Amino acid sequence: MDLLKVAQEAFKSGKELPKFSSGDTISVHYKIIEGNKERIQIYKGVVIQIKGEGTNKRFTVRKMSGNVGVERIFPFDSPFIENLEVNRIGKVRRARIYYFRSRTGKKARIKEKRV
Amino acid sequence: MPGLIGKKIGMTSVFSADGKNIPCTVIEAGPCIVTQVKTVDNDGYEAVQLAFDDKKEKNTSNPLVGHFKKAGTTPKVKIVEFDEFEQEFNLGDVVTVDGIFEENIFVDITGISKGKGFQGVVKRHGFGGVGDSTHGQHNRLRAPGSVGASSYPSRVFKGMRMAGRTGGDQVKVENLRVLKVIPENNLLIVKGSVPGAKGSYLIIEK
Repeated sequence: MDLLKVAQEAFKSGKELPKFSSGDTISVHYKIIEGNKERIQIYKGVVIQIKGEGTNKRFTVRKMSGNVGVERIFPFDSPFIENLEVNRIGKVRRARIYYFRSRTGKKARIKEKRV
Repeated sequence: MPGLIGKKIGMTSVFSADGKNIPCTVIEAGPCIVTQVKTVDNDGYEAVQLAFDDKKEKNTSNPLVGHFKKAGTTPKVKIVEFDEFEQEFNLGDVVTVDGIFEENIFVDITGISKGKGFQGVVKRHGFGGVGDSTHGQHNRLRAPGSVGASSYPSRVFKGMRMAGRTGGDQVKVENLRVLKVIPENNLLIVKGSVPGAKGSYLIIEK
């Protein structure tokens, strides 16, 4: 198992994302390649969960697009993540806030944690 | 072919520079020790015998203990012959990954595939199975169906593909690209999968 980790370390880009956890509101600056053009799309939403380990570690971001909820999963190691901003640190009691999916309107608010 | 003996560590995936998630296998390759150098004068052909992975002397037969002693090394588990090395080797030399392989070359890897036990024809030979209740079957979707005609030839031809023990065979996978060589840990990382279970021995050839 250890040697597997050594191998995974060797491929790391060295890019560190800021620390965040579930309940936080973040903006992911995601690089999109169309043909030979590159542009950056900003995806802003609430982190629902952080899952996996090592190269397989990934986080799910949920946002409301109009009336429809959209969830996107990003790998931590993805070379397409240009930048990541933590906009708001949320106060939640769970590591995976699945209950947040069924909340709409005023109920879909997360208390901000004062730091 | 020049090469090395290795051990399968496991699989993982890495992101390439262009953002593709590439499946890869991590192999502990070498260090191997030269236990015999075969020459045309002596053996009729040229080859270098390499040995890999320590084992206890009490688990080794006396003739082999003598063979390893000649090379000045402890008994090893796996012995394989390779040839056409660029460099010259002497008895007892240590061969490591960085001396043989480099990034972006293609290698062939031989291993013993995982044993699957007694399997039917669908898994073993890739038969399609029968989806319908016709062609002589009514409730068996994965049966082989007919194995031949009736009164002539009145027998089943040799080599008819049927159910049986599957896996556990020697399998060679060709042209696997080397993604990285890590000499400090004797690691070789290749793109794609490799036959065998974790910890099984592999023969890696250039």
